[in-house]
Amino acid sequence: MLKLRDGIVELYKKVATSLPPDVEEGLKQAFSNEQEETKAKSALGIILENIKMGRDTARPICQDTGVPVFFIKVPAGLSQIDIKNTVLDATRIATEIIPLRPNAVDILTERNSGDNTGIGFPIIYLEETEKSTLSIDLMLKGGGSENAGQIYKLPASDLNAQRDLDGVSKCVLDAVQKAQGRACPPYLLGVGIGASKDQVTRLSKEQLMRKLNDKNESKELAKLESDLLTNINRLGIGAMGFGGNVTALGVKIGVNHRHPASYFVDISMGCWATRRGRLIW
Amino acid sequence: MVASINLAVPLSTEDVRSLKAGDFVQLSGDIVTGRDRIHKFLLEQKPRVEEIPFQLSGSVLYHCGPLIQKSGEEQKIIAAGPTTSMRVEMYAADVIKEYGLKGIIGKGGMGRKTLQALQKNSCVYFHTIGGAAVYLAERIKKILGVWKLDEFGAAEAMWHLEVENFPAMVTMDTHGNDIHHEIENMSLKKFAEFIGGEDRQAVK
Repeated sequence: MLKLRDGIVELYKKVATSLPPDVEEGLKQAFSNEQEETKAKSALGIILENIKMGRDTARPICQDTGVPVFFIKVPAGLSQIDIKNTVLDATRIATEIIPLRPNAVDILTERNSGDNTGIGFPIIYLEETEKSTLSIDLMLKGGGSENAGQIYKLPASDLNAQRDLDGVSKCVLDAVQKAQGRACPPYLLGVGIGASKDQVTRLSKEQLMRKLNDKNESKELAKLESDLLTNINRLGIGAMGFGGNVTALGVKIGVNHRHPASYFVDISMGCWATRRGRLIW
Repeated sequence: MVASINLAVPLSTEDVRSLKAGDFVQLSGDIVTGRDRIHKFLLEQKPRVEEIPFQLSGSVLYHCGPLIQKSGEEQKIIAAGPTTSMRVEMYAADVIKEYGLKGIIGKGGMGRKTLQALQKNSCVYFHTIGGAAVYLAERIKKILGVWKLDEFGAAEAMWHLEVENFPAMVTMDTHGNDIHHEIENMSLKKFAEFIGGEDRQAVK
């Protein structure tokens, strides 16, 4: 487990200091899609320079190193409790040596634990896999973008949104319209649809782990993802909310079966600095 | 890059009133940081000016919870981008008035109450680039001091910093101009088309 611990510390370091290639590529395209001498282009220029500086100097891209969120797939026979404890050890070490900003605050005492561990912190989702390899996905989820997430129950008459994919679209557009530039656009959007509140919030967050070029297996959802991206960009909010052609880099949608009475839509917002990575063990 | 105006902090009323929404600036001088807890503390405990170890009058308050590296006694700023300003909307107008701030640096813009406070107290809102934390940390030359570190932790403490050519854009000025409000109303029109039905009212 010591080697695994060091592997997770390395994963933390990679995720905190270098943006995934697909997101960086998306930002470069956004830069070329904005007109010269605009506020949005100027913002994107600084963002791209910052990404390079973070990588070159091994410093976290953003001071908000977020809530660490782990999605772990465990082969049969490996102890999930051991893995969880190893993640906690790695988190303490990573916080000190990278460093990460300590973000775990006790609700009652308002004390920051100082090492990014606490009750339910980091967030760890464990699941058994039939494969023989351990797969650890990590996202460092910034607070500003997390705050811009929304959950909807359809139908929603104020949005003229019925229980269908058109209704889902309206929810996503509403979430972006409400967020404006406050959560660091261009955004990545994760959408989860299903039967219960707890399930869709996790599902929407998992969508943020998908690469931007990952195509939805469902034809209908693939089309919805692409149409939504076009329409979000037509809102004109732009990088940093300065106005511009690119408000989002991608939309990813996941679905579960729903109850006849329920139709929940959850939206997770990822900032331009959506930091994620995978360790295969 | 668009040409920018160089400003020395502390700022004068004349400095601030001459700025217009859309101006790019570079700030040099001493600034302070403050986010959620400092705002709540200032409003609830109302510390007297002499209890605060730094000069706030004429200064600029940066909505930022920096990432600090400690090696022994030495502290170094590793990354220091802005945090979402809207969370301190309920406090900002009073803080500006009570402590004589001439500028706020943050991201995402603020509400109507703050916009009015900017007009009344000759203060301006500077927007810098969210997430550009390494780039911005490079413009912070020195940590001059810190207040409430033990009590609030590094992210929520008030840091006194020396900055040089710190880049930002005026998005809310002393004349009532607000770029965020303009963009929001523009996107709302498009949004209303997508939603259909009755047009939504413009944002007040």
